[in-house]
Amino acid sequence: MISKDQIQHIAKLAKLDLSKSEEENLAKDLDSILDYVEKMKEADVTKIEPTSHCIGLTNVFRSDVIEVCDPTTIKIIKDDFLQTKGEYLKVKSVFNNGD
Amino acid sequence: MEIKHLTIKEINQGLKNKEFSAKDILEFYIKQIEKKEGEINAFISTSFDLARKQAQEIDQKIAQGQDLDILAGVPMAIKDNILVQGLPATAGSKILKDYQASYDATVVERLRRKGAVILGKLNMDEFAMGSSGEYSSFGKTKNPRDLKRVPGGSSSGAAAAVAADMCVYALGSETGGSTRQPASFCGIVGLKPTYGSVSRYGLMALASSLDQIGVLAKNSSDVKIVFDAIKGIDQKDSTSVESDLVSNNNFDISKIKIGIPKEYFIEGIEPEVKKAVEEAIDFFKKSGAKIVEISLPNSKYALACYQILMTAEASSNLARYDNIRYGNRDFLAKGLKSLEQEYSEFRKEGFGKEASRRIMLGTYVLSAGYYDAYYLRAQKIRTLIINDFKKAFEEIDLIITPTAPTTAFEFGQRLKDPVTMYLADIFTSSANLAGIPGISIPCHKKDQLPIGLQIMGDLCQEDKIFRVAEFFEKNNK
Repeated sequence: MISKDQIQHIAKLAKLDLSKSEEENLAKDLDSILDYVEKMKEADVTKIEPTSHCIGLTNVFRSDVIEVCDPTTIKIIKDDFLQTKGEYLKVKSVFNNGD
Repeated sequence: MEIKHLTIKEINQGLKNKEFSAKDILEFYIKQIEKKEGEINAFISTSFDLARKQAQEIDQKIAQGQDLDILAGVPMAIKDNILVQGLPATAGSKILKDYQASYDATVVERLRRKGAVILGKLNMDEFAMGSSGEYSSFGKTKNPRDLKRVPGGSSSGAAAAVAADMCVYALGSETGGSTRQPASFCGIVGLKPTYGSVSRYGLMALASSLDQIGVLAKNSSDVKIVFDAIKGIDQKDSTSVESDLVSNNNFDISKIKIGIPKEYFIEGIEPEVKKAVEEAIDFFKKSGAKIVEISLPNSKYALACYQILMTAEASSNLARYDNIRYGNRDFLAKGLKSLEQEYSEFRKEGFGKEASRRIMLGTYVLSAGYYDAYYLRAQKIRTLIINDFKKAFEEIDLIITPTAPTTAFEFGQRLKDPVTMYLADIFTSSANLAGIPGISIPCHKKDQLPIGLQIMGDLCQEDKIFRVAEFFEKNNK
């Protein structure tokens, strides 16, 4: 069983501001999914290497060449961004006074 | 012949012979969309202006007697998690309701170059998380074969639009069955290619080690034409591979060995699904193919393993939706003071139920103390599953199974318990874990709800899959 503290801890890590009822529902859902994945415990994985890439590619390189970005792309990127100031994209400050 | 029954090849021939123009074909499909969209809700946005411009260019080419690519002038539509420069791309989420794509996905760039005509962007479960289309922030898509039922998901709009004759073909995406399963539910063909054979550049990431762009159309030949147009290595996707295995031209069904995994005919599979798939297997047997029972002993862990890896990767990929890199202005107007507060309130408000659930589970399995028990263990089980397939393909050419254990279910039926919803992916998620290609083709009778037959092949063996799928479509009447 996932405890209330655990749910709150995970929500904090995931940056989700959950209400009480959402916490309760998610705890229930997570319990039922974790219950289902329990069966993974039966598998014998001794001496088995983990797979991180299913077809086994390693170290794919390309030359580091600068390509010019077309003006339409630049314009849309800027339009998509929520706040801009002149030529800059603007974001909230990470370190505030008093933090 | 009616335009809606024309295959890609037939459209191409007709255009070349001037039986009709690209404009005629396009206007037919626009009318279809206008007629059916209210009922089906397959599209999140349409791009008829762009489509008309593209069709006009094709007609000019024809008038000038220029060469015509096979896909030129063929109207198609694209799942809304694949980027088309200048068009919206919501991924079915209200988080991206105002977002406009700044560049073309590699697949879109390749199709544009071939003269594709883009009708619009298709509905889907939010960020491709779902098996029914019910988790879209833009309303559910209905199954054109039975409006009380789900079209499957997450490529819900893609499957429904093809089935309802609202486009000739569609691009979807797959993480655990999101192209094959809706194709099965809607009675059309859906391909999940080998991992890496189609560039993922410009596809919004759900679970990067599993994601792949898929193709949906009414028959395997059309799917093959589109796959051939979009496949191949791309510098912009370092996981892309060249998928150039072409089998012998003299295709002979009696030289094909088909494996039937005994673990796939389990309890929980609907009797009519089982029957239809067994009849299809019988057809191949009668046609001379060798049918052998095989064992994929670790497939019983596949769905659990998939759940862990997919949610873990998703929780990390979805961190970018933070109201800074991607966000919306309405929310910004609230004027929240701290950055932390802005992140978590925006994400709470933006993400739907299923997305939150998966982010939470993924964060949990990656958090300190649980990594070994869940994520690492799942990655090891993934190795076991890959080994099962490797061993099987030493002896056989292809594997046949049902695509999904059931036919399309009714709306609301599986929303209460997430695990029952996840079971829709039980036969498809293994292929994503192993990276192998798979197709779903219809194998039901005319008066039945659609049933999908899944054909899986070894890595880069799409060609063999197409041959057998085409043989089935042509000869199993």
